[in-house]
This record gives sequence, C-alpha cells and structure tokens, in this order.
Amino acid sequence: MKLDARIPEGPIEQKWDSHRFKMKLVNPANKRKFTVIVVGTGLAGGAAAATLAELGYNVKAFCFQDSPRRAHSIAAQGGINAAKNYQNDGDSIYRLFYDTVKGGDYRAREANVYRLAQVSVNIIDQCVAQGVPFAREYGGVLANRSFGGAQVSRTFYARGQTGQQLLIGAYQALERQIGLGKVEMHSRSEMLDLVIVDGVARGIVTRDLVSGKVETHLADAVVLGTGGYGNVFFLSTNAKGSNATAVWRAHKHGALFGNPCYTQIHPTCIPVSGDYQSKLTLMSESLRNDGRVWVPLKAGDKRAPGDIPVAERDYYLERRYPSFGNLVPRDVASRAAKAVCDEGRGVGPGGLGVYLDFADAIKRLGANTVAERYGNLFQMYERITGEDPYKVPMRIYPAVHYTMGGLWVDYNLMTTVPGLYAIGEANFSDHGANRLGASALMQGLADGYFILPYTIGDYLASTKLAPIDANHAAVKAAEARVNERTNKLLSIKGKRTADSFHRELGKLMWDNCGMGRNKTGLESNLRRIPELRAEFWQNLSVPGTGNELNKELEKAGRVADFLELGELMCRDALDREESCGGHFREEHQTPDGEAARDDEKFAYAAAWEWKGEGQAPVMHKESLNFDYVHPTQRSYK
Amino acid sequence: MRITLNVWRQKNAQDKGGFEKYDAPNVSEDMSFLEMLDVVNEGLISAGKDPIAFDHDCREGICGMCGFMISGVAHGPESGTTVCQLHMRKFKDGDELWLEPWRAKAFPVLRDLTVDRSAFDRIIASGGFVSVHTGSAIDGNAIAVPKPAADLAMDAAACIGCGACVAACPNASASLFTSAKISHLALLPQGQPERDRRAINMVERMNAEGFGHCTNIGECEAVCPKEIKIENIARMNRDYICASFKDRPAVARLAD
Repeated sequence: MKLDARIPEGPIEQKWDSHRFKMKLVNPANKRKFTVIVVGTGLAGGAAAATLAELGYNVKAFCFQDSPRRAHSIAAQGGINAAKNYQNDGDSIYRLFYDTVKGGDYRAREANVYRLAQVSVNIIDQCVAQGVPFAREYGGVLANRSFGGAQVSRTFYARGQTGQQLLIGAYQALERQIGLGKVEMHSRSEMLDLVIVDGVARGIVTRDLVSGKVETHLADAVVLGTGGYGNVFFLSTNAKGSNATAVWRAHKHGALFGNPCYTQIHPTCIPVSGDYQSKLTLMSESLRNDGRVWVPLKAGDKRAPGDIPVAERDYYLERRYPSFGNLVPRDVASRAAKAVCDEGRGVGPGGLGVYLDFADAIKRLGANTVAERYGNLFQMYERITGEDPYKVPMRIYPAVHYTMGGLWVDYNLMTTVPGLYAIGEANFSDHGANRLGASALMQGLADGYFILPYTIGDYLASTKLAPIDANHAAVKAAEARVNERTNKLLSIKGKRTADSFHRELGKLMWDNCGMGRNKTGLESNLRRIPELRAEFWQNLSVPGTGNELNKELEKAGRVADFLELGELMCRDALDREESCGGHFREEHQTPDGEAARDDEKFAYAAAWEWKGEGQAPVMHKESLNFDYVHPTQRSYK
Repeated sequence: MRITLNVWRQKNAQDKGGFEKYDAPNVSEDMSFLEMLDVVNEGLISAGKDPIAFDHDCREGICGMCGFMISGVAHGPESGTTVCQLHMRKFKDGDELWLEPWRAKAFPVLRDLTVDRSAFDRIIASGGFVSVHTGSAIDGNAIAVPKPAADLAMDAAACIGCGACVAACPNASASLFTSAKISHLALLPQGQPERDRRAINMVERMNAEGFGHCTNIGECEAVCPKEIKIENIARMNRDYICASFKDRPAVARLAD
C-alpha cells in the first residue's frame, strides 16, 4: 500500500487557499441529495454535523451519551489557542504553526499544522458569534492567558470551563439543525461496525443502547469524530464511556492506524487514592501560570509542606528550565515529575505526587484574584481530596490525558478507506508526538467547522456512488457480525467482570507503555496482552441480555477492542527506537535526561495495517518533511 | 465505613419498580459516591445479579450525565456538587440512604436510576442558540461585551443540563434550565436579534414537553450543582412577557 498524504503543491502559506479553489463543489441544490453520517458529537463531530447541515447536506449524527451536549470535549478546562495577536506580543499564524510543530517534537505534518494555525482565528470569531461567553477585559475585548510551550498569550478561555462552553456552542448549532430537520440525531446509540460496499464506506451498524436494537444506517460518506483512546489505560482523565470501538472497527476494515504509541500524559492531575479509583481528574494546565511546582530537596522528607523552608525545596522546573519554568510543555513536565518521584522525593500517599503551590500567587495577587482565575478548580480539588488548596499546596501527578495517535488521514482528513473520514482526536492529528495545551479544542473545531465541510464536498462531487439499500449483502454481513459478537460476549458466562480485565490491561499499559517505555517492558506486554485477551474471551462475565439497557455489555465490547488496540500501541512503541514528545524510550535519552530523537531513521508517521486475527500488523511509513521548521533538539531551557 | 442502600430498581419504562436493599461494607471516605456504587455493582455481578443502572460519564462534574436522588435530595447532601463529585467523607458509618431516579412526567425512567432527559434537547432545539452559520462571523473583538455582562452570561451558561432542578421542583418545572439558556444569550449582544422569538419558542416548548410551572419555591436553586440563580427565571419571565406584547401571532398560537 502506498500512502499518499495528498499535500497540495506550493508555498505553505498558499496550500490551503489553492486547495480550496481546486476542490470540486457540490451545487447548493444537489447537497440535499447527499447524506453524511457523523459519529460522535464533541467539538469535531458536533461542529461538523452542524456545519454540514447548514450547507444543506442531510446529516445523521450519533452519540452514545443521552445527549450530544455531553461529549467529553466538555471537560476541557483551560482554553483554546488562536493566532489573533490581540495582546500585541508578537504572535502570528507562523508562530503558532512553528510552536505547534516544535511542541509536537517534529513528528507532525507541516502542511496540516499550518492550516490549523490559519483557521484558528476563524474559530474564535465563530464561537464569539455563537455567544460563547469568553472571558473579557473591562474594555469589552477578549482576554487571553498563556499556556505551556508558548511565550505569547494566545489562549482564549471561559473561566475553567472552556471546553464546556465551546461544546455548548457547537451543540446549540447542532440542535438548531435538528430543529430544522436537517440533522437526524441518534443519542444513546453506539457504532459497532462499518458498512463497506465496493471498497467505499457507505454506512454504519449501531446498537440502540436502550432497546438493544441493532440498526443499519446508510449514507454517502461516514465521518468519525469519536475522540481518543486514552481509556486503554483504564485510569485516565477521559470520561468513563470514552472508547475506541468506532475507530478500531474502522481499522479492522482497512483504515490504517497512525502513531498509536503517541499518548499524552498530563502533568497536573489529582493523584490516585485507592484501588477502587475509577478515573483521574485533571487540574488545568492553566494552573501552572500561577502555581509553582516543587518537591522537598531531600528524599523521604515527611514534614508538612508549610514546615519545609524555601531553601529546602526544589522548584525543579524553574531550576531545570529557567526560560519556560513552570510552563514547559506537558511531556517535559510529566517526565520531570516522574524523575523526582523515582528519586524518592515524591509527596503524599505512596510518594506519587508533587506540590503545585499557590502561596506566592496568593501573596502577589490576593486570594480573590486567584479565586476568580481558578476558583472552580480549587473547589473541585477540595471536593476530591478534602484539602483546601488556598491553605496547603495541591498534590498533583501525571495521568493519561490525550492520544496524539489515531486513524491515519490525508490532507483532506480522509482515512485509507475511501469515504471514511476521521476528525478531531480520532485522527492521528496535527500534534505530532506531543500536543500543546489548548490545542485540542482548536484542532477539533478546525476539523469540524472549517476543514471537513470543504474536503468532503470534493469527495462527494467527484465520486460516483451506486444506490444501495438495507438488503445489500454487505449490510447483512455487517449486521451479522455485530449480532454474533454480542451473542459471543453474552454467552461466555465466566467469572470476571469487564472492569477487572480493563484494570489489568490498564496497569500493564501504564507500567510498560506509559511515561517511560523500554524494550523489556514492551516485549513483556506483547506476551501478556494476548494472554489476557484469551482469558477475556473465556472467562468474561456479562449479566443480562442484548435486548435491554445493559451497561456491562457496552463495557465488555469496548474492553474487547482496547485489548487489541493496547497490543498495537506496544508494538508501535517497541518499533520506534527513539524518544519523541510523549513517547519516551528510556534507552534513548540525552545525558541530562531529555528525549533523544533520531531524525535520520524515524522522521515518519507510522501507519499500521490490520492483517487479521493472530496476524502481525504491517507498518507503512509516511515520511515527514520539514521545509519550514527545521528539527533541532527541543529546548525549553 | 458501612452504608446501607435502598435503591430504586425498575427493569424498563413499563415495569412498576420498587426499592431493594443493598449492603456496602468497607466504604473508603476517599471514594466518590459513584465509585462506591461501582463496588456494589461488582459484587452484584459476581453474585449473578443485575447491576444497578445509573448514568454517568465524565465523573468530574461537567458533562451533566449523572444524577439521582439521595434520600430525597437531588445529587445528595453537598451543595453545588454533582453526585459524581460527591465523596463518601460526607457520610458516616451506619448511614442508610435511599436512591431514586429523577421523578418527573417529562423524564420517563428507562431503567433503575436512568431517565430520559431528551426533552431538554428539544427545548434547546426550539430556540436556545444564535442563528449564525459557520463562516459568517465577524472578528471576535468587533463585538465588545462589557465584562459584567460576560460574567453574568457565563454564570448562566454554566448549566450542565443534568435535570436536578426538575427533580427537586414540586411542580417538576424546567424553568431554571430553560431560563439559564435564555439568560445566557439575552445578556450578550450576540443574542439580541433573536431575543424575543427565543423566549417565546423555548417557553412554549418547555410547556409542551409536560414540565410544570414555576411557583417560586426555589428548590431548583438549592440543589443546582452549578449554583444557577433563580434570578434567571425572573429574566426569562420578563423576556417572555415583553416578547408576548411584541409578537402577537406567537401569543395567538399559544392560546390555541
């Protein structure tokens, strides 16, 4: 298979404009003859569904939650980047492009990143027009804050609930189209298979999560905006329902999976408190604007934080990275936290934590200003831990947060299955090996509002699709696969719950494919995961039937897919004999412990092809060219 | 600590339903309420029984998917907190709790503690938006918004659509939910062009969905996990009355 990223010719500043002109258009009267399926209603899916409907296409949208407003984009706290340069501090589209390529440790596709930076400014305008209540200055203009990995203030925010407000904006646009009859919304509905006819994506098979009914929906193109796969780790900042089922089923039908090993470990999460833990809670990166990260200088120092004098504290980020200080990118901050905890200097139960201290900020700004900036986060922290961060420093530890890997897509966001698109976190994205803070919201909305609606039109205008109906053999086969699988899950009647397998998989992944990875650990996972999977299919216990609301059945199906995807992640991590961004191979580091890339051998995106059960997947390479931002050792010192 | 739970079990919308008693021994105070239920469910599955079905997703208090009554209080005893963020340290050893789904005609029970809240989506679809096509926006800073207005709008926009307000209200009114959206958009310049029709359409839809009327009891505000204020309801009523005078065809439609 030859991978063609279909990057347009010409200088980087002109690629998107010239591509937009060259793409074919669907005449307004003809748009209503096309139907597009959009799976997932987060920032990417919700924005795409609304925008496609506004353009005149018929849209069928799907989400597993009870309402499209609940997609996990809602939990993003800190903000959204845009190269507006409203602060007059030297920002530009080129600088956002540069920061993103560098922040991604030179493993992203330049043309995509440039386009992302270009449309970032339109996103802010669109969201403001929708009524998103962004933070304002007294003069009525938009406020900005700074974020990790950048030296300009380009992040727009709505208190600590930016994701919520942007999603509600997209949701309201979507509901408007639902009200107008242009979008047919299917909530509590999960995609379980893809329908492919003559090599082209033509529909999906879903299960109604209330009645259990298996249904087929046909269309002219299918868009997956189903988010990332961080829940492979069981404990992550993702929502409990976040899953990889849609992308994994697509992968098994021929969509290559790009860079599965690139996962982002977020440095500021609330540490694990016990075995019953069901998820991890993020404390926004924006806290690092005013909070100072430190641990005791000496290992095993058990004194209360207030009793440790400043001279006996190690503000290790400020010490190691004087120019970026507490605002180094996430991968760097996470590894630094792990390093001090490995030295025995971690704080809190189990020694897996570092302090994020606001005492200086409260002294400098006053408690009121701190409350205005971070009040809801402080409140959330206190609820979970029972400690008051106005009085004692927060304890934080890294946790899985985001996946840069995903379905491989070309410049048009189409996967290797014609007619199947992946947008937002579901694709292998524009973030390379590490995503900068406040860039996920930007990318989701860029794909959904401003990129996919153009590129999908080109496909629909230039492809001749034969009419099909629900009696087509491919439809029947897809439905049969779904029913067979559901019955299989229900008929095992073993002893262990889906969660117990999921926890075990998560621990394997966190220990051996988490913040630090090495050959021994990854090889051990490649033995252990298939064993665990085999046990799953023999000893799983799912109560109830397939014809009712059955949350355990939903979980079991998702865990089955995670058990396959986890193995691919380890394989990719083993194969990539270098460290880059969120992928840190312990064998490959600089003398001072920073990630050591190998650009000669690994300046490519790895796109994996599924070869069938029990067969080794095959890797295809898309080589990455850096014509504008020349790779250097990333330095935040 | 040890907690006794009386949980509403109902197989589906047709089933009559009733309480069943469960024992939760070894509850840690650091658990969230839902983590405590996870442990109870693991036990039920091991014993070959059906686990308790409850909605939840983000478990950080923002998606609005979780929520049920704990001993008569929506989302439980801690104010300004969703049930997923409620931690067991708020309870004590030996407590006996009663868990019930939201009770409202417009929120039919699907199973156990899970209800159908799609009426909320339909209220938003009837007018809870600014009609602006993607691509037709002007520069973000071309619309100046006074900071106090932006802050008040944000207060209203913080609603997570969980439905606690409806469940707490003796009339099962959705006024707090509906007014939060009407307020959010009415407080901003962007919301002005459609302000009147939005108020009329959303209130009309809310009534058609079978929610009750607001009689200023204030239970909704007391349980709202995002502490949305009932002054939003006053704002909604004012907008609705003003719009009714201006838009006579809409009033005539309502009288039908």
